[in-house]
Amino acid sequence: MGFIWFWLVAIMLVGYVVLDGFDLGVGILHVFLPRSEREKQLMLRSIGPVWDGNEVWLLAGGGTLYFAFPLLYASAFSGFYLALMIVLWLLIMRGAAVELRMKVESGVWRSFFDGVFFISSALLAVFYGAALANVIRGVPLQADGYFFLPLWTDWRVGPHPGILDWYTVIGGVVALAALALHGALYLTVKTEGELQQRARTLARRLWLAVLLLTVLSLPASVIARPDTLANYRSYPLTFAVPLVVFLSLLGMSFFSRTDADRKAFTSSCVYLAVMLVGAAIALYPRLLPSTTDASYDITIDKALSGPHTLHVGLIWWSFGMLCALTYFVIVYRMFRGKVSLEGGGYEH
Amino acid sequence: MDALLLHRIHFAFTVTFHYLFPQLTMGLALLIVALKTIAIRHKDERYNQAARFWAKIFAVNFLLGVVTGIPMEFQFGTNWSQFARVTGGVIGQPLAMEGVFSFFLESAFLGLFLFGEKRLSAWGHWAAAFLVFVGSWISGFFIIVTNAWMQHPVAYRVLPNGGYGVSSFWGLLTNPWALLEYAHNMSGAVITGSFVMCSVGALYLLEDRFNEYGRIFLKVGVIAGVISCVAQIFPTGDFQGRYMAKHQPAAVAAMEGLFNSQTGAPIVLIGQPDEITQHIDNPIAVNDVLSFLIYGTVKAEVTGLDKIPRDQWPSPMPLLFYAYHIMAGLGTYFALIMATAAFLLWRGKLFGTHWALWALLLSFPFPYIANTAGWLTAEIGRQPWIVYGLIRVPEGYSKYVSAGNTLFTLLGFMGMYTVLSILFVVLVYRIIDHGPAAGEMPSISTNAAVTG
Ligand code: HDD
Ligand code: HEM
Ligand code: HEM
Repeated sequence: MGFIWFWLVAIMLVGYVVLDGFDLGVGILHVFLPRSEREKQLMLRSIGPVWDGNEVWLLAGGGTLYFAFPLLYASAFSGFYLALMIVLWLLIMRGAAVELRMKVESGVWRSFFDGVFFISSALLAVFYGAALANVIRGVPLQADGYFFLPLWTDWRVGPHPGILDWYTVIGGVVALAALALHGALYLTVKTEGELQQRARTLARRLWLAVLLLTVLSLPASVIARPDTLANYRSYPLTFAVPLVVFLSLLGMSFFSRTDADRKAFTSSCVYLAVMLVGAAIALYPRLLPSTTDASYDITIDKALSGPHTLHVGLIWWSFGMLCALTYFVIVYRMFRGKVSLEGGGYEH
Repeated sequence: MDALLLHRIHFAFTVTFHYLFPQLTMGLALLIVALKTIAIRHKDERYNQAARFWAKIFAVNFLLGVVTGIPMEFQFGTNWSQFARVTGGVIGQPLAMEGVFSFFLESAFLGLFLFGEKRLSAWGHWAAAFLVFVGSWISGFFIIVTNAWMQHPVAYRVLPNGGYGVSSFWGLLTNPWALLEYAHNMSGAVITGSFVMCSVGALYLLEDRFNEYGRIFLKVGVIAGVISCVAQIFPTGDFQGRYMAKHQPAAVAAMEGLFNSQTGAPIVLIGQPDEITQHIDNPIAVNDVLSFLIYGTVKAEVTGLDKIPRDQWPSPMPLLFYAYHIMAGLGTYFALIMATAAFLLWRGKLFGTHWALWALLLSFPFPYIANTAGWLTAEIGRQPWIVYGLIRVPEGYSKYVSAGNTLFTLLGFMGMYTVLSILFVVLVYRIIDHGPAAGEMPSISTNAAVTG
């Protein structure tokens, strides 16, 4: 049961990052890429009908985490209190910016929300990357299963780190670049003409950054947590994961050079998914490692919920997620193809 | 201030603010389905136009519901971690189900409803509206199941690690408390929806603009309003009170201001409770009524606070007393005004009766107050337990999150929500001012009109 729920939660978080990832990416590029009001609107429209549904993956993933591993939910959410609250504020700002920008025909109003949209999207990407890095590095868990992390201490990776230190900042930058690239590739799929060309050019530049950062992140992880590779050594088959990471990076570059935009975007989805799976493999069977004492690690066994909950959960979860996937297919089919501003005009 | 108090205020503030929006979402979703149904059945395009107008307000309101709801989902862990840890096996379940079954449904079909009218047939668009309605009402159900388990824990067992787990899945979902609470709460949401609709209708008639739509709004709003206002008092409010008297006698004693157990217990209509002297100042009370309402006979003895150990009194007790009285008082007012409006509507006089239109116009804030007061009643009545009879509130909060950090984020939320409120009011005002007759689609912001 623990094994199954570990991976189900992981899948939901992967779903979240891959889907909301391009919304964030579009937000990050929102101040760089467009040259006109029309192009800004096109970019916003490309995510307009889907961003909220994408965000639900986070909620549903959080809820699933809560009932499958209550101890982890309780410990991690109170321990990362400050970072999480900032993330919540950023999510509020992002949602407000996407939806409210177009409601008033005023340059000042729109510029204001352009700024909010950019800042919130970029910082969210950084915080997500840093969050993952925190989990890999570990936190100063106490004997009772709790901890509390300040936002930063001395920026070093030690037994008493902060949420931000040199390692988690690298994680944040990796995420920033990777999601910006993801967003650029999404735009090459959804737009045409000049905007699409610019997105392609930018994607190529970002690709180089992502490649370098990805390569850098591996040794950094090994320094921050020396046993990162332990699971890989015990199950050599898992080395397929870094291989796929590498292939997907190549794919992005190759397909975007040949203007096969969909394939390039798909490669980026694979890249994000496999990076996360790689981290999950490194962690398993831990959910949250400790920097103070290995016996304080929060493991699957320690955190797992009651048996009846989990058995019944498997039934409704499968059914519910099947429904959810159906809706996603319907919505994405409905809004497939390139965005345009024609039809459906604007109010105000 | 100590950390516990700040955590309580933190949760209370964010959830109270959140619930301002879902109540309208759930109420309006039903009314929009009604408008769409009439449009199709009577082939009346005006009703479609009316539905489009309300869809615009719905969209802004929904957005606020979403962005303020997301923090709620996480606050069990951030501010109530000890509670989350031991009860996650039970209430994590309905919370996760809410995400999986309703939020996906709602968000997907809201997209289709708002942006897809041109691509869907009339019935297809109706179906999108209907699924949004279903999604929001399922969402309300799961959150109420969660809350009801805290009010009245059922179907659980204690696990070896000291936490609680579900012993019967159906038992959890069919908790009698949840069913009663759900009926009462949803009816309250419909009240909000219908008062808001009536208020806009009355505004248009009084301003002599969009008169045709004003009449439609009033007709639909008053009919839905009169049904839900009656249902709110009887049977749902009445049943709720009786069930509570059985299972949370301390809460009932406190909210009724009954310090001494007695037969022929009076109902206090107005008064100010004094906890120290255990006495109601300036009471206006009617003898026997409380015994009759709860037990159906004036002879029955109602438990007063004197039978409850002092450390199990809900606190703050006076706030509980006022919240309950505000809710019930407003409930009486709603039933009266809606019955009057319905009578005038039936006699064909409503649209010309200015004092009634003014009353409807000015009444829209009251359902918000009543719903908030109702939740205060429920939540303070549960004190000092976080899960009734099982876990006390001081055992539930996040001990590692200091008072300073909690105050910091509380102030952050207050600032952020102030800005959101201003934006919300401005935008809704603009939509109402713009009116329904503009003859265009509810093109909400970024709606992708996408070439397929
Ligand atoms: C428009 C709003 C509204 C109105 C007019 C009323 N209520 Fe209410 N009431 C609610 C909105 C509400 C609510 C916000 O929806 C609550 C909070 C929890 C719940 O289930 O419903 C609630 C809770 C609530 C509770 C507490 C239940 C608990 O602890 O879980 C009782 C005993 C009543 N109500 C009884 C009444 C009575 C006797 C009313 C008669 C006039 C009444 N309510 C009018
Ligand atoms: C929108 C409606 C709601 C309102 C207005 C509301 C209001 C409140 C208030 C005022 C408190 C603080 C009580 C006190 O400390 O004296 C509180 C606490 C709390 N409520 Fe609610 N509540 C609502 C819905 C819910 C729901 C649906 C849940 C569960 C899913 C919930 C869970 C809690 C928890 C966990 C606490 C903290 C523990 C406590 O102080 O008892 N609330 N709420
Ligand atoms: C009386 C109590 C509550 C009711 C009836 C209720 C109902 C709803 C409804 C119908 C929505 C849909 C959006 C909207 O209405 O604008 C919503 C949004 C949301 N609610 Fe609540 N809610 C309540 C309290 C809570 C609490 C305590 C939580 C925390 C667990 C919560 C979590 C959420 C979340 C995460 C969303 C956003 C969903 C989305 O993205 O679509 N709600 N709520």
